[in-house]
Amino acid sequence: MIAIVDYGVGNLSSVRKAFAAVGARAELVADPEALSAARAIVLPGVGHFGHCAREFQRSGFGPSLLAARERNVPILGICVGMQLFFERSEEAEDEPGLGLLRGTVAKMRGVPRLPQIGWNRVRLRGSHPWLGGMADGDFAYFVHSYAAEPEDGVVLGTTDYGTERVAIVGDEGLLGVQFHPEKSSAPGLRLLAAFATAAG
Amino acid sequence: MTLAKRVIPCLDVRGDQVVKSVRFVDTKDVGDAVALAERYDAGGADELLFLDINASHERRRTMVAFASRVADRIFIPFTVGGGIDSAELAAEILRVGADKVAVNSAAVRDPGLISEISGRFGAQATVLSIDAQRHTDGSWEVVIDGGRIPTGRDAVAWSREGVACGAGEILLNSIDRDGTKLGFDLELVRAVADAVGVPVIASGGASSAADFVTLFRETAADAGLAASIFHYDELTIADVKRALAATGIPVRPPGSGVRA
Repeated sequence: MIAIVDYGVGNLSSVRKAFAAVGARAELVADPEALSAARAIVLPGVGHFGHCAREFQRSGFGPSLLAARERNVPILGICVGMQLFFERSEEAEDEPGLGLLRGTVAKMRGVPRLPQIGWNRVRLRGSHPWLGGMADGDFAYFVHSYAAEPEDGVVLGTTDYGTERVAIVGDEGLLGVQFHPEKSSAPGLRLLAAFATAAG
Repeated sequence: MTLAKRVIPCLDVRGDQVVKSVRFVDTKDVGDAVALAERYDAGGADELLFLDINASHERRRTMVAFASRVADRIFIPFTVGGGIDSAELAAEILRVGADKVAVNSAAVRDPGLISEISGRFGAQATVLSIDAQRHTDGSWEVVIDGGRIPTGRDAVAWSREGVACGAGEILLNSIDRDGTKLGFDLELVRAVADAVGVPVIASGGASSAADFVTLFRETAADAGLAASIFHYDELTIADVKRALAATGIPVRPPGSGVRA
């Protein structure tokens, strides 16, 4: 079962329905204990980083998500869910992220308008088994004002908004996308399908 | 910068049927809304806007049920509007899978509605829809309740206030141009797009692909919306995108849709 972490934030219904559309069963999981039974985990998030980080911790998911990471359970982070992978965000200096990846999240500067809302081209910078189906140059749907600034070589995809922005990060057990695959039509659904397949 | 300009079909919905309205007055059935939405998705629509025009007290239940059905089939962003007057109704609509809610008359009556929805769900989920009508002094006046009641408020000032309250996007409807096929009201769009720092969706008057080209060449609008010209296939989304691409305006190519 693919577990969508339900900590009260995000368009969870769309994520679940998108998995269903590609033939994968995903469930909203509000009980942290239930993560131990998940064969894959999706961490959603929208809106304010601080609010998401606070609600995530308040809901008690911290320890069980870290434990899942230790067990190499595949984890997909979406939008602010991906930003939560990092240590902290400029949007909320008093609310730390999960620190699964080193680096921070910063407000995008040098752009005409914020948030970036709409379809932008994703340039693939690296490969990952769960990126299967997504081609270099595919458009994906973004809604965000902040972007990840990773320390290590985890950047797998970028998009051009004012300047190059991180769109995809990942390592062996983790994939994070700034855009919304559940709202990115065919390329997004293909990404979710690849993640569901990798989950076994 | 490759952020694409967005082409957005608008579907006026009564129950689960699309209706066509001109100048906010006439209505005529067009067909099943979800089926039409799927056609637009396959045709390259970047987003969809559903405006509920059902005036009955059944509205709330049918809107939520409708949004849920759309979310089962559509995996591009969609916005739901039409008589949304509470954060609770917004919550229900977002919970079943809609990405944004658009508020209009209720927000004019109580701008706190914008703050409440934005505070709970984020500015990215909160669209302020403004119906604007040219005033004799050259400015634009905000009109509410389906284009019927002038408010005496300036549309540009109201757009600024709405953004300050937390609206993450402005949907700007020209009452004068709606249904006329005389092109977008470029001056109005320019005035609002230059006044706010959030994306602006222009609406009202589109008749051709050239209108969309002019819109993006001459204003800072991020998106163009149209209804009846798309419903009756007088113009396709592919036509519009082809024309935009030909003039170097960034667009997401049609044919990348799920069922294309």
